[in-house]
Amino acid sequence: MVLECKHVWEHISGYLDGTLDAAVLEDVQKHLEHCEICSAILDSTRNILILTADERVFELPLGFSERLHARLEAEMQGFSYKPRGSVEESDG
Amino acid sequence: MDREAMTATSENRNEAQMIASILAGNTHEFHDLIQPYERSVYSMALSMLQNEADAEDAAQEAFLKAFRSLEKFRGEAKFSTWLISITLNEARSRLRRKKTAKTESLDELNEGGHVSPALLRDWREIPSEALERQEVRLMLQDAIGDLPLIYREVFVLRDMEDLSVNQSAEALGISVAAAKVRLHRARLMLQKRLAPQLKQVMPKRRWFPWF
Ligand SMILES: [Zn+2]
Repeated sequence: MVLECKHVWEHISGYLDGTLDAAVLEDVQKHLEHCEICSAILDSTRNILILTADERVFELPLGFSERLHARLEAEMQGFSYKPRGSVEESDG
Repeated sequence: MDREAMTATSENRNEAQMIASILAGNTHEFHDLIQPYERSVYSMALSMLQNEADAEDAAQEAFLKAFRSLEKFRGEAKFSTWLISITLNEARSRLRRKKTAKTESLDELNEGGHVSPALLRDWREIPSEALERQEVRLMLQDAIGDLPLIYREVFVLRDMEDLSVNQSAEALGISVAAAKVRLHRARLMLQKRLAPQLKQVMPKRRWFPWF
């Protein structure tokens, strides 16, 4: 089956995730072989996903870790989990 | 996220053992348990809330909740997945509190919409080193932040936090089919906005100006 460009676009996500049915995948691949526009759309999408997944996109603020662990430390003071196997208090 | 680093960290540690020890009273070990996830919890909160102070507060709150309710962690999911769903819920409830009618209707409107990608004739690979540039980082942050919430959530879980589509759907309380559709739209929306911007920001002749 010959796919039009706009039908190929519907499969970009599935193509990148490798979840397309074998038949659809074959049609998409055939289309990509001769369509530079769809190939460029696919390449740019893949590239953008690699960039957005990079941990440098969102930087931790200075001192984030220190403030977090200080707050946790304060929470831990006097904190204890209920002993294993204990039942909710029913009297009192 | 740095997927390889994340996997390596969780593989080299026995988190189940650490959690058992914390629950047995060694509460201070919680510091070590969460250390590899500080960045991903923060970046997730930031991408949802789009304000550094709110994101830091929400991230702290998520870690505190995880600490207090560690007994409820059953070990069927990975600890990181559990932590991410706590963070998601924390960010969502904060958004709900300050959400305006405007953003809500925008989200609804976009649900049925059709997204077309930006048309290009060729694409020159942009290496990750480009992220050393502040303007490139800001470009990506803004584009992610401007995604309607329903698309942003699934994008952050699947493509930034590396959850599977099934895990993302479960964390969001939506069907797998809906998660796939939203993820697809989120990706195309980002391509539509970022491809032309990134192309423009990368000079044609001097291809590695950041070295
Ligand atoms: Zn095409």
